[in-house]
Amino acid sequence: MRRQIPLYIVLVCGIVFVIQFFIPSHESEFIFEYGQDWVMVIGILALPLGIWSYLRKTWLTAVKKPKERFFAGVSLFGFAIMMLTGLKRESLMAGSLYMELFEYVLIPIQATIFSLLAFYIASAAYRAFRARSVIATMLLGTAFIVMLRLIPLGPISDVNQALVGWILSVPNMAAKRGLLIGIGLGAIATCIKIILGIERTYLGRD
Amino acid sequence: MTTVELLWNGLAAFLTLCIFSFLYKDNPFYKFAEQLVAGVALGYWTMLLYHTTFTDKVLIPIFQQGKLHYILPTIMGIMMWTRFSKKLAYLSRIAIAFYIGVGTGVALPLYMYNYVFRQLQATVVPLQFSWLGLNSLLMVSFVTCTLFYFFFSKEHKGTFGGLSKVGIYTLMAGFGASFGLTVMGRVALLVQRIIFLREYFIALFGS
Repeated sequence: MRRQIPLYIVLVCGIVFVIQFFIPSHESEFIFEYGQDWVMVIGILALPLGIWSYLRKTWLTAVKKPKERFFAGVSLFGFAIMMLTGLKRESLMAGSLYMELFEYVLIPIQATIFSLLAFYIASAAYRAFRARSVIATMLLGTAFIVMLRLIPLGPISDVNQALVGWILSVPNMAAKRGLLIGIGLGAIATCIKIILGIERTYLGRD
Repeated sequence: MTTVELLWNGLAAFLTLCIFSFLYKDNPFYKFAEQLVAGVALGYWTMLLYHTTFTDKVLIPIFQQGKLHYILPTIMGIMMWTRFSKKLAYLSRIAIAFYIGVGTGVALPLYMYNYVFRQLQATVVPLQFSWLGLNSLLMVSFVTCTLFYFFFSKEHKGTFGGLSKVGIYTLMAGFGASFGLTVMGRVALLVQRIIFLREYFIALFGS
């Protein structure tokens, strides 16, 4: 029963929410919104699990690895300071300490980490893109043409601009559509398998 | 820049340089910024979700608006905490099942509509005898060939193999374009960070 009841819940919820999509009415809209709220409430109440896991891991690192103790402390300090500064709802307004920390700590670090990838992506590309075959040459050539169009000086020629426009709107779009259709069909199949109880790995083990 | 702004920007500049120091090698400054961002990000999202979701979807509906039916999802959410106990962990499956059930039920028609029907609708358009029409024809051919490439129930040989080869070329052109856009996006971010540092040092020491 411990595994059967969740499977029935998935079956009933899945079928109800698929049906409500095809019957547009106030009732189905209410079911949709109420269901979405339920999911959000369950999700937010699952957050303490993640926080507990983070605190436990950081604490254990600090206890077991003396060399890492300072950095674990920094992480815990960052977490604690954001929790304390964000206690009041007014702290979500611009100019509060909570939002200042977001703007001057979180955003610069995240932006810099992403900008670092400019260096590593180039070295990775060198290894991956060496024109050994027609396929690799195609990848390399397209990337090169697109990058030439996006240099800070602007488009180097009208031909390059027109070519990039065509690449983005025809082969690039075709590849994306092919992938999206494939992803869509795969996702639909997986959803059906989950609703029918064929795919049940989310239940875990006893 | 006021003194307060200068101090905040000083902190941002210091953290930016800490992250850039990784270009030399892994070092304590990079680790400091890395660990700080992990804690700050978790704290930021926790409080943001507390105010925008927990307060708005649990506390206000139950205690201020008297919507007692919101107690049910709250109980389900609390059931997630039973994962801490080996004996009661099975109860968390009920909440997970509801989450998965609603998620798949909502996602299934949306995937069908957005990822399949709308993509097909945008691909198969009335044919015109013009440059645009030629592009539309190429689009249909390339999408079809890409789908052939992903069809693994038949061996990629002969005509089918040729078509799937066109499909892989299309995919490679698409990946190349995406790669080019990503690299240049990251370069733009790098330029932005360098401009930020330059402006900060100009404000600090004068031009």
